Amino acid sequence: MKTDPSLGPASRRGLLRAVAGAGAAAGLPGGAALASGNPENQPPNLPEWSRTLGPGVIEEPYGSRSRHETAVRRYVPWLTPDRISSVSFTPLAEMHGIITPSGLHFERHHGGVPDVDPADYRLMIHGMVERPLVFTLEDLRRLPSVSKIHFIECPANGGMEWRGAQMSGVQFTHGMLSCSEWTGVPLRLLLAQAGLRPGASWLLCEGSDASHLARSVPLAKALDDAIVAYGQNGEAVRPQQGYPVRLVLPGYEGNMWIKWLRRIEVGDRPWFTRWETRTYTDLMPDGLSRQFTFVNEVNSVITYPCPEKPLHGRPGFVEISGLAWSGAGRITRVDVSADGGDTWRSAELQEPVLTKALTRFRIPWEWREGQTAYLQSRAMDDTGRVQPTIAALRQARGVESIYHKNSIQTWLVERDGTVVNVQIDA
Amino acid sequence: MSRSMRRAALFGIPLLALGGLALAQQAPAPRDVGALYRPFEAPPGERTRADLPWPAPRNVTLPAPIPGIGRPATTAEIAGWDIAIRADGRNLPPGRGTAREGEDLYIQHCASCHGDFGEGLDRWPALMGGRGSLTTETPRRTVGSYWQHAPMVFDYIRRAMPYTAPQSLTNDEYYAITAYVLHLNELIAEDAVLDRESLPRVEMPNRDGFVLEARPDTENAACMENCRQGRPVTVTMDSRQFVRPGSESGTAEPQ
Repeated sequence: MKTDPSLGPASRRGLLRAVAGAGAAAGLPGGAALASGNPENQPPNLPEWSRTLGPGVIEEPYGSRSRHETAVRRYVPWLTPDRISSVSFTPLAEMHGIITPSGLHFERHHGGVPDVDPADYRLMIHGMVERPLVFTLEDLRRLPSVSKIHFIECPANGGMEWRGAQMSGVQFTHGMLSCSEWTGVPLRLLLAQAGLRPGASWLLCEGSDASHLARSVPLAKALDDAIVAYGQNGEAVRPQQGYPVRLVLPGYEGNMWIKWLRRIEVGDRPWFTRWETRTYTDLMPDGLSRQFTFVNEVNSVITYPCPEKPLHGRPGFVEISGLAWSGAGRITRVDVSADGGDTWRSAELQEPVLTKALTRFRIPWEWREGQTAYLQSRAMDDTGRVQPTIAALRQARGVESIYHKNSIQTWLVERDGTVVNVQIDA
Repeated sequence: MSRSMRRAALFGIPLLALGGLALAQQAPAPRDVGALYRPFEAPPGERTRADLPWPAPRNVTLPAPIPGIGRPATTAEIAGWDIAIRADGRNLPPGRGTAREGEDLYIQHCASCHGDFGEGLDRWPALMGGRGSLTTETPRRTVGSYWQHAPMVFDYIRRAMPYTAPQSLTNDEYYAITAYVLHLNELIAEDAVLDRESLPRVEMPNRDGFVLEARPDTENAACMENCRQGRPVTVTMDSRQFVRPGSESGTAEPQ
């Protein structure tokens, strides 16, 4: 039986000790980095920020990050015809923990971002209900509320790589993915306000943006864990995420989380809108398309190291870190391989591990000088689903289904520490 | 804060809660959703898994409505916003149009993105062509090759088009543009009149091209040791043939 002694979970402390010893012998691997910057601000000198007073409170009534931080959303110009109906990607390599800062949440708009005046905001519920109703924002905020942490992922996440690896880094291979704490009214309560008529089994949820994006939602989902949300990460939902009110459908593809929600119609069957026929259907090799493929299945990716965060030729201890998620439930295990999937070790999962939320995993690794590695992660969820290889996905679905590509990602770590997006034979 | 104020604050919460209970008791009784629910029958098919996308609600009882939150929607309010057409044509509005009438409207409102013949300019979607392409290496999803229901073409054009001025045309004009797009795909004649009666009868070539959820469809044994069984790793594609590692695939600068 082969093993990979470079990878945890052998006693973390033991590994750390061994690496520290190696580092001392070879000269600390961090030496090059420590020599950078302005020596005047470094020990034993007193840095300039320690010798003067800084600005006081309310310098920024609404605060912003350090001016030294540069993580930004990016978009891919060749992907869409313009920036109005387009997508931008979260810089996953820069994220800590599981919550995505609202300003870095990925964006996907079909008619741009409407500027909704909250005083004029109205939500209409009608159709197969006993009492068609109109709610104001104030109405919604009076009703019993919940706060839940859930990821949202565009089902096209990864969709550019069915045929092969072509994107430069994790922002573009997996960045149509974010995770927030959402606060709002359980949709179940709004349906109770209106009362369901016999035969009700589907809802149409519609946005008030220029595209009037509309998706059919099964009643069971609406009654289970759907939220009509006005809060995101402790403040109002951002305009790019649907201000003042968006639909939250935990685990379901992001396209269905209708932003700028204006209307919920109750009916007895799906509507077959443009977004559930022309797009967001999965074309199979036999020419048939799968329709209403709502759930984003179990997935994961290593975010450190990654192409944006290479190892810079500094061998030694590395804490591999990444994100796992499943639209079907809770992450139960994430395995990591450094040898292209020959040997796997289970990573540590950061608590809390929440259902349909991003889950942070970590595992210690010793990257030996001049070692080529193929880093992979493989997640499992509490339904027993295991993240598949790209080969298995292609075998089942071909390469033209665009959506729901949840295959194992491979990062090639070159001898000089460069990290490259590749696909391998498994 | 005085002692009496503190006491009022302390006791205020249970009093309010009791008030809420009293009001709730006057409202209609909770409804058992299981008794209301009628499943939408999934189209049969050996690859169809109807259990996954729309399970029946289980053991759900709707709470009694809370009085005074949400006001009745008027018929006029609903009529103004209820733009959704059904796949079978229900809720199509009055009005009519032909492809001949729609040509000028199409050229004026649509051709700058979709092309004079629906071929699609730059990266904007093509509206025609692609028949027979769905099983090839370059499938083309157009109205003629892919869309399932003709009334939903009207639904989408009216709800979201023209791109810069959605819902700005008359229903007659939307019927005419829909007719022109269907005519580009050789699905109706140039003088065929489209209205709420005739549009649902247009047969879309790919109407039977969809099956329901069919996942999970992949397995992975989650092997832990010697999983490659001696096979060396082969890189099948390296992104460096297209782009350098890092952030180069995208930009934060508007282009």
